Amino acid sequence: MARVVVDVMLKPEILDPQGQAIAAAGSRLGFEGVEQVRQGKRFEVEIDGELDDAAYAEVRRMAETLLANTVIEEFEVRPAS
Amino acid sequence: MTARVGVVTFPGSLDDKDAARAVALAGADPVPLWHDDADLKGVDAVVLPGGFSYGDYLRCGAIARFAPLMGELVPAARSGALPVLGICNGFQILAESQLLPGALTRNASLRFVNRDQVLRVENTRTAWTGGYTEGQEILVVLKSGEGCYVASEETLDHLEAEGRVLARYVGEDPNGSYRGIAGLSNEHGNIVGLMPHPEHAVEALTGPSTDGLGFFASILTHLGSRTPEPA
Repeated sequence: MARVVVDVMLKPEILDPQGQAIAAAGSRLGFEGVEQVRQGKRFEVEIDGELDDAAYAEVRRMAETLLANTVIEEFEVRPAS
Repeated sequence: MTARVGVVTFPGSLDDKDAARAVALAGADPVPLWHDDADLKGVDAVVLPGGFSYGDYLRCGAIARFAPLMGELVPAARSGALPVLGICNGFQILAESQLLPGALTRNASLRFVNRDQVLRVENTRTAWTGGYTEGQEILVVLKSGEGCYVASEETLDHLEAEGRVLARYVGEDPNGSYRGIAGLSNEHGNIVGLMPHPEHAVEALTGPSTDGLGFFASILTHLGSRTPEPA
């Protein structure tokens, strides 16, 4: 069994009010030098068998179809470390 | 024959009963449709109601989009044949299905907004808005946490150029929607998505107005003109 991580982030041009609220809370709490926070999602996908090109392609297809809305989000697929 | 308007219930739908009631008040026959049955039951039009389908897990409408019923609805709607009105969560489902461009995201205020809201109807050439006059201001109900309409500048310009912005918020933008967009239509005018709730403004007893009835009266007129009764 292998594990693949899919990170989903809002595209840079899409407003992220949650990230902004987190950044504001960070400054209030005294965390210095925090200029911006963008909030995203991380999915851990466990797959049957070896992590070969076909398995990768399948997870990528799932990310494109379901995990991310590519109208507003971008995603990255990588093996879990 | 009375027009038959389907109202889809997903797990987590809230406003299916109100939508069916609005359909009936307008004089059409509401037909309950179930998300898990890939059967449109031969209806003339469909309403995707508000609520929190599948708990809004992943993204609002992201899972509802793949319901068996949607497999029937999407091609029929995309072809321009089947009129579909998506309200609130229904609008989110239409956007996730890519039947309408753009997406609906968290309100800029991060607060759930629940209030009576004035809209300006800008496109009366759709199957669902023919009964309004262009520029008419209507009072309906807005209740959503993820009602902020976003799309690329290019998409927004394209929508404006084609006159597909259906309605805009009047006064302060309640949720940060780009260009104050409250609703839009597809290029055929058969698919309409609207964030506020016309089905909650159909009776003086329970609504802030009866302005919302126009959506349901409009589809009746539209269906009547399309399928004249046999002599």
